[in-house]
Amino acid sequence: MKRCDYACGTDDHTVSRRRFLGGLTGGAALAASSGFGLSSFVRPTVASRLAEQQKQVLVIWLAGGLSQLESWDPKPHTETGGPFRSIETSVPGIQISELLPRTAMQMHHLALVRSLNTSAATQGDHGKGAYVMQTGRTQLPGQEYPQLGSVMARYLGTERDPLPGYIHITPGGGGLGRNEAAYLGPRYAPLYLGAGHAPANTQRPGHITAEADQARHALRARMNDRFASRRRTAETEAYTTTYDQARQLMEKRDVFDVTKEPAADQERYGTHDFGRHCLLARRLLESGVTYVQVTHSNYDTHNENFSFHLEQLGEFDQSFSNLIDDLAARGLLQHTLVLVMSEFGRTPGINYLYGRDHWDASWSVVLGGCGIRTGQVYGSTNEKGTEVKDKLVGAGHLFHTYLRAVGLDPSFDFEADGRAIQLADPTARVVTELLA
Amino acid sequence: MTADPTQTHLAKDLAHDRPLVTCRFAPTGSMAFAGSEDESIVGWNVETGEKVQLKGHESWVFALDLTADGQTLVSGGGDGRLIWWAVGADAPMRRIDAHRGWINAVTIHPDGSTVATVGNDRMVRIWSMIDGTQVAELPGHERPIYAARFDAVGKHLITADLLGRIVFWDVETREEVRRLDAAKLYKYETGQGVDYGGVRDFSLGPDGARLACSGLIEASNPLGAVSNPAILLFDVADGAPEPKLQRPKEDVKGVGWGVRWHPQGFVVMASGGTGGGWLWFFKPDDVNEFHKLNLTNTARGLDLHPDGLRLATAHHDGHLRIWSMSEPTPAKTT
Repeated sequence: MKRCDYACGTDDHTVSRRRFLGGLTGGAALAASSGFGLSSFVRPTVASRLAEQQKQVLVIWLAGGLSQLESWDPKPHTETGGPFRSIETSVPGIQISELLPRTAMQMHHLALVRSLNTSAATQGDHGKGAYVMQTGRTQLPGQEYPQLGSVMARYLGTERDPLPGYIHITPGGGGLGRNEAAYLGPRYAPLYLGAGHAPANTQRPGHITAEADQARHALRARMNDRFASRRRTAETEAYTTTYDQARQLMEKRDVFDVTKEPAADQERYGTHDFGRHCLLARRLLESGVTYVQVTHSNYDTHNENFSFHLEQLGEFDQSFSNLIDDLAARGLLQHTLVLVMSEFGRTPGINYLYGRDHWDASWSVVLGGCGIRTGQVYGSTNEKGTEVKDKLVGAGHLFHTYLRAVGLDPSFDFEADGRAIQLADPTARVVTELLA
Repeated sequence: MTADPTQTHLAKDLAHDRPLVTCRFAPTGSMAFAGSEDESIVGWNVETGEKVQLKGHESWVFALDLTADGQTLVSGGGDGRLIWWAVGADAPMRRIDAHRGWINAVTIHPDGSTVATVGNDRMVRIWSMIDGTQVAELPGHERPIYAARFDAVGKHLITADLLGRIVFWDVETREEVRRLDAAKLYKYETGQGVDYGGVRDFSLGPDGARLACSGLIEASNPLGAVSNPAILLFDVADGAPEPKLQRPKEDVKGVGWGVRWHPQGFVVMASGGTGGGWLWFFKPDDVNEFHKLNLTNTARGLDLHPDGLRLATAHHDGHLRIWSMSEPTPAKTT
């Protein structure tokens, strides 16, 4: 099969697999050709293990900017601390906000990073914040880097997967459709499940029976084989592969149906949207999807920060804690990296509206599961949370760490348009203390 | 002497160094108290300005009430604690864990026998003033409860929540006897995925026949504080009352954090938000205010002095401002 580096400008890189699978439209679909499978940059010592047990990633994205003071880095009884108190966790000596009582009991599965500073890259802007947290790079004009989900789908996914490698469950619509995969090619762009709904057009039309559908498929296959016997190319192979994957996806459509989960689990995760979406995430991870992101909205609390965090984190705490508990109990946490992040944090200072504004100079993220040394706090902020006190990290450092946690080499050079691009920002480094 | 809202002016500016969140006059009128973000209660002698500070909570102090004799203060905080204080002493008399999470309102029965509390845990609880034991727990609200008050004769306890649900409880039987719907003050903002609004405060009319609820309307962007302050007026005597909406004439953004029904028959609301701090004076039959006053800083709480001539407002800048609704006294000349 023809070897093709991405960003080559051919048709097979202009129509994404996400779009193909996200809205199947019969013969209109084009497909990418090659590139699935474990990459040569996977560390040799773990390559066989990766092949044996696929690494997966779960990201919980708290849109708008979670307040670190109402979550992972509380400062009770201080001028900036707000009205909530801190509570003990399952790890002696680690305290988090009282808004997260159930998550506190999962702390042994998690690691807190309290010393994140992304101010140079973020400048208080939601878009720039999301970009640097998702790519590990500062957003610059004319340069595009792939999101974490695309990278993981590209290098952790396998060709056998009938499901897309990067699935993003959003609370509302179907995603923004940006260039999420960048030079990796649109094949690794996310499949958005807007409001947790299954991809469009994946259900066999009611007027076509299963027998008729099978007959149509057999006819198409025969014609395809006849064509391929004389004019087989990489492109036609890609059509065939993607078509087959689409059929498999249609057959596995139930994967997206969270109502198939036990009623008790649905109740346990919460009857709100985020509860359903977290249960769907569990279902997708159990089905082998490489990277699942769930967005919970909205934490952009310039006004009445405390009441809104009480409401939002009440949902988060219930669903997230059950999800972590289940992943651990079912053995998935051993090979699933878990991240909880936002585009930035919120100001230590409380404004006149009882709100907190955008803050990127000293905030927190959470890591857990696969490859992470859990049950620890990395870094700290000062008494009022206004500055990082020690072990300062940037988003680039974290991006390196995420890759290394799943056995990938952050220094791998990807060839795009004849240009070598290091997968993770070469000016950053792995935070080895966070790794198991 | 009668109050003249159009003459309202700043009579006293009492400063604290941290933001205030609520305020209450002592029924005797000599003291005014405020709950603060610094976890303390600050009290001032209204005449002399002498200040006391009471420390005992482990979170912001959201709610205050005093016995009719002004001798006992009861406070509720974000720590879920209910604390009794003897006015004049600086140490708590009694401290109990009353709610899981914030206590949003405290109200003492007119006969001084019990105190009722409500909180974010959606519970209404009644406690003995004598020994602090719980005498009743009244479930029924499904969302955080923001406001509570006994009526003037102590027959009913009235509670109101985020959804705008107002419940009348029979104090004797402890049964729910009536509900009113102030859902116009509530909104679920679909795009942001948040609940917002609710009854932030309420006040019964002098004859107990009408109820004024303050809050907000037109919350197009709750996370960005885009909403307008408003009052819903209920005719409680009516069997199925349709509330009347009162709102400022101009588009001044904010929330109606406090409301009081004046014995002379008008309603006053304090608002705070991106539009600044304001006092709004409404006649019951009018939609818009007949007078307004800018407060120089966003307001977070309101109370009416027992003399009916003064108002107190709690502010983010840490000041408790006392407003006189009478003609300013001319400055003395020498």
